[in-house]
Amino acid sequence: MSDVRYAMVIDTRLCVSCKACVLACQAENDVPEGFCRDWLVEEVSGTFPDLSAENRSERCNHCSNAPCVSACPTGASHIADGGVVLVNHDKCTGCKACIGACPYDARYVHPDGYVDKCTFCMHRVKDGRQPACVEVCPTACMYFGDLNDPKSDVARMLRTRKHKVLRPETGTDPNVFYLV
Amino acid sequence: MSAMKRRDFIKIGGASAAAITLGSALPTKFWGLDANPLHNPGTDGDTVVPTFCELCFWKCGVLAHVKDGRVTKIVGNPAHPLSRGRLCPRGTGGTGLLYDPDRLQKPLIRKGKRGEQKFVEATWDEALDVVAENMAKIRDKYGAEAMALYSHGYGGSWFKHLMKSYGSPNVAAPSYAQCRGPREVGFRLTFGDGVGSPESTDMENSRVITLIGSHLGENMHNTQVQDFTRAIDRGADLIVVDPRHSIAAGKARYWLPIKPGTDLALLLAWMHVIVKERLYDRDYIEQYSTGLDKLEAHLADKTPEWAYTHTTIRPRVIRETARLMAGAAPASLVHPGRHVTWYGDDTQRSRAIAILNALLGSWGRKGGFCFPSKTKLASFPHESHPYPDVLPADMPRETMYPFADGALASGICDASIPGTAGYDIKGWIVYGTNLIQALPNPENTIKAIQELDFMVAVDVLPAEITGWADVVLPESTYLERMDELHAPAYRTPFVALRQPVVEPMFDSKPGWWMAKELGKRLELEDCFPWKDSEEYIRERVQQSGLDYETLAREGVILGKEEPAFIEDGIVPSFDTPSGKIELYSEQLAEAGFDPVPSYTPPEEPPPGSFRLLFGRAPTHTFGRTTNNRFLSSVYDENEIWVNARMAEEMGLTDREKVVLINQDGVRSEPISLKATQRIRPDCVYMVHGYGHDAKGLTFARGRGASDSRLVTRFKTDPLMGGTGMNVNFVSIERVTA
Amino acid sequence: MNTNTAEIVTTRHNHLIDPHLHIWGWEIPAYLFLGGMVAGILILTALTALRSGRNPGSRPLRLMPMVALGLLSLGMAALFLDLEYKLHVFRFYLAFLPSSPMSWGSWILVLVYPAAFLMGLTLLEPAERTAVRMWKPWRMLGMTGWVDRLFAFADSRRRGILIASLVAGACLGIYTGLLLGVLGARPLWNSTLLGPLFLVSGISTGAAFMLLFRPRDHEHRDLVRWDMAAIGAELLLLGLLLINLATGPQTSQAAAQLFLGGSWTGAFWALVVIAGLLVPLVMEVLEQRKHLNPTAISAALVLVGGISLRFILLMAGQESLGVF
Repeated sequence: MSDVRYAMVIDTRLCVSCKACVLACQAENDVPEGFCRDWLVEEVSGTFPDLSAENRSERCNHCSNAPCVSACPTGASHIADGGVVLVNHDKCTGCKACIGACPYDARYVHPDGYVDKCTFCMHRVKDGRQPACVEVCPTACMYFGDLNDPKSDVARMLRTRKHKVLRPETGTDPNVFYLV
Repeated sequence: MSAMKRRDFIKIGGASAAAITLGSALPTKFWGLDANPLHNPGTDGDTVVPTFCELCFWKCGVLAHVKDGRVTKIVGNPAHPLSRGRLCPRGTGGTGLLYDPDRLQKPLIRKGKRGEQKFVEATWDEALDVVAENMAKIRDKYGAEAMALYSHGYGGSWFKHLMKSYGSPNVAAPSYAQCRGPREVGFRLTFGDGVGSPESTDMENSRVITLIGSHLGENMHNTQVQDFTRAIDRGADLIVVDPRHSIAAGKARYWLPIKPGTDLALLLAWMHVIVKERLYDRDYIEQYSTGLDKLEAHLADKTPEWAYTHTTIRPRVIRETARLMAGAAPASLVHPGRHVTWYGDDTQRSRAIAILNALLGSWGRKGGFCFPSKTKLASFPHESHPYPDVLPADMPRETMYPFADGALASGICDASIPGTAGYDIKGWIVYGTNLIQALPNPENTIKAIQELDFMVAVDVLPAEITGWADVVLPESTYLERMDELHAPAYRTPFVALRQPVVEPMFDSKPGWWMAKELGKRLELEDCFPWKDSEEYIRERVQQSGLDYETLAREGVILGKEEPAFIEDGIVPSFDTPSGKIELYSEQLAEAGFDPVPSYTPPEEPPPGSFRLLFGRAPTHTFGRTTNNRFLSSVYDENEIWVNARMAEEMGLTDREKVVLINQDGVRSEPISLKATQRIRPDCVYMVHGYGHDAKGLTFARGRGASDSRLVTRFKTDPLMGGTGMNVNFVSIERVTA
Repeated sequence: MNTNTAEIVTTRHNHLIDPHLHIWGWEIPAYLFLGGMVAGILILTALTALRSGRNPGSRPLRLMPMVALGLLSLGMAALFLDLEYKLHVFRFYLAFLPSSPMSWGSWILVLVYPAAFLMGLTLLEPAERTAVRMWKPWRMLGMTGWVDRLFAFADSRRRGILIASLVAGACLGIYTGLLLGVLGARPLWNSTLLGPLFLVSGISTGAAFMLLFRPRDHEHRDLVRWDMAAIGAELLLLGLLLINLATGPQTSQAAAQLFLGGSWTGAFWALVVIAGLLVPLVMEVLEQRKHLNPTAISAALVLVGGISLRFILLMAGQESLGVF
């Protein structure tokens, strides 16, 4: 299990920004009303009529060099099996240092007091299921799996397609990749 | 040994114990106190019930998770061919409908004047008695045909059966004359068959897909979007023709920002290039079509240069795109669109799309259109009263709209205004359709309602239409009822079951029960010889040779996949007068219409005005879901898209509230301005379904603006009566208060 | 994507996160200010006592460590109020994460309290010690013996205690800056310069606070000189910070713009630089050169500048990621 490195690969060519992933995550993870763990960003640049567009489903990037984990004073934010960044609700004091540290603003304060975010649906992954967002996506543009397994979809996609990560200059080494 | 004193022993022993204890701390993470357990949100249900969705009209198979009597989440049914385990956002949002606090809870009987939205709660017996009494009165006084049913939604089948038994032919849905009717007629005139729903497109095998105004991706018909993106993933090229840079346009190889209302000119120019340069599928045209020479003659002067002056699309681009789509033939699909009632010439435009597809050889070929098959289901044996020999009231369509093959909701509405049609409609049953927002010119709809003797609305939420009814009947949602089996014509034939997931909430009842109860009171009991819908369904399933238990467990039973393409050996037949694909239509010529589509330039907007265009958001279904708080967490208010440069010239800033005023002086509610590069300067765009003012829709009320209110003008399609609604022009004013 | 001409739409609207970060309000600047001031008080008191070998001459300065602990407790109360899960506050003390300045800070505070307390004891003159010993609660609980033993312990370890207070104060001052400085996600804060900046600001505000109590001549003069030096260092560090931002990558330049023409420019230059640093510096220089009568004005201005610096940095910094 410790050799596993979970990652997500999202094909922006296919994403239509329908927000099915947002709602499926909220339903699966009982996300409180008004909050979201994942969200859609639509970027259109240029001047009419020369326009180009990119749609991205974003969430916590489960960075290999996670600044939120470094900033956490109680160990609530930690790296779990598979390289996934998780928050132990019982240890969280709600100091929000992790929120300040995250360059993606992926976290939020849950009404119960602890800090919450995408968990890569580890409660499903451990049973061999896919994260809720990946499962629901009608364009099938999302892939999830083990980067260290060369036969996995995610590893194969990154070998064969041009891709990028968000804010690489921050040095966080994210594990959500966007095919462009 | 005796040298070791007790004190030392205690010291050493104590130190060792402490060391061992502390040493065990790290590997056990402080004896479990420092562990990080995996949190499980616990939304997996104790039971999972398959059914199919009703948030829109696609009917994707879903699995509803139930825990402690509550639906925790809804996910896709992997076995169902329309969802394939994946859902659009509305499917997941079904819990927002089930638990909507504004749901109709009890039958209501009107207390004040129509439209005042003042009701008293009643028992089912009281309410149904009132409905049956009035329906009987109308039958006795005017004849059963004076009663009309508007039905939009799968649960309406029971009411359709009721109407048939009662004796009225007047059953309509806005989905025909207000939505996709023109394309059905346009394709039928050409190929002898309509496009259907789900559409018989084979997009996943297309090499080039051309969208005329279709905004797939924002129009979120699940399977269509799945096939569309599968095609893109396989490297298909997109040609998107749209005045607005839609999501689809963002993926297109060519985005043609066409001037609104000029699509026919572009289609004709494409045909001109394809015919002139002999790029069409010659074998296919020779074998299956008729009228090419007459088509060619008609196209002679429809050059790309001519089209450029109308469409503002450069001739070079017109030629390039024509060659691109022809080069991929026959796996080149010009999509028929969905909501196509735009400018009043929509049937001819759809026919032009059909003709273009014929030239590309896509009809009946892989990557184009398939020949779908259907699972045959046995009927439930029942009595039916003799169907009266009365023509529907919108039957000026026999003379006025000779090619209509469906009832016109707008026609029924018009016939309710006395003296305007062959006979008057005196009563309405409105099932699940908010006519106030669905029909153009809402003032006219209200005028028609005021002339009625009686109106009953059956709905789940207190939409505007319910405020005008004499009786409101609260229906259970799709998650609480068993409806008719779904076995559409599709590439993979199947039959799907809708079964209750939870008990009906409040005092709501399923449609089948209401229809049966009304049937009882109207002496039509023998037309409803089953105890409940379950008995009805079970019998049908069994008579069809299928196992009900399997169906109830899986939610769907797949049929045998039949050949669906000419490539698979199908010999196509065309139900046209000539028996062939009619590039030139004799029957149109005989009826006095253009046998090959002709282009008429659209009106220019009055100075300072913009043409009003509207469309869909992927998280919503018209105005039906805009009260759904779960869905609204992502998108809760519409905006008016205005070209950024135009906005700047008008001194308007992004996100400020503005009011739209149409050519007839009708003012919209305040709406947010979206100043964007993504739209032409001569038109504006908004998502349909906002601007609710129904008292009972506590979330949606007052949000955004209603485009339907601004659709006071429409152009009627002379072939089938479709109401073209993109013919209104608005000016924009800043909200001063 | 050229972000300058891009239209960007997001569906996220999380409370406290969007449209820009607003997770920290007045509580954190209040703590940073009080913490810094306390650090300055402890450092200056300890240094003076170490160099002179005697107790401070004026009573307020002798009582300063205890007052400082009171102020620090107020700051910690503000910190507690900021927590979203207050019941879990004990978790700070069940772990030590060396990568987290907040974790360092929790344990530094554990060192500050006893060191400052003992320093406060050992600086007291005999009359004051008697007053302490004779306080009713000790007598009622029969603990006067323990009080004597405490004083004896503090006196016997005086030098060590002073050094411990000095070190604890320095750590306290620096770590408050690093709390923000290690957050690479917020370009305005991402510099280790924030550590020494908050330290010298703390020394300056600490000196100013002590000056409010009108100490006697040579003590007053020493404090003023410390303040002048601290202000000078503060100006230098602020300047370096701005230069660093303005010459950095695009996001850093945008952050620098907040103070160089953007929304926080007026507040920053007026309250922090002019009122909080330059005016007091000039006043103090004139006061020293021309031997004018000291007033409380320059000290008050320094304190205003100190709280403004932290408040403005907190608020502007939360805006400084600003993609959407």
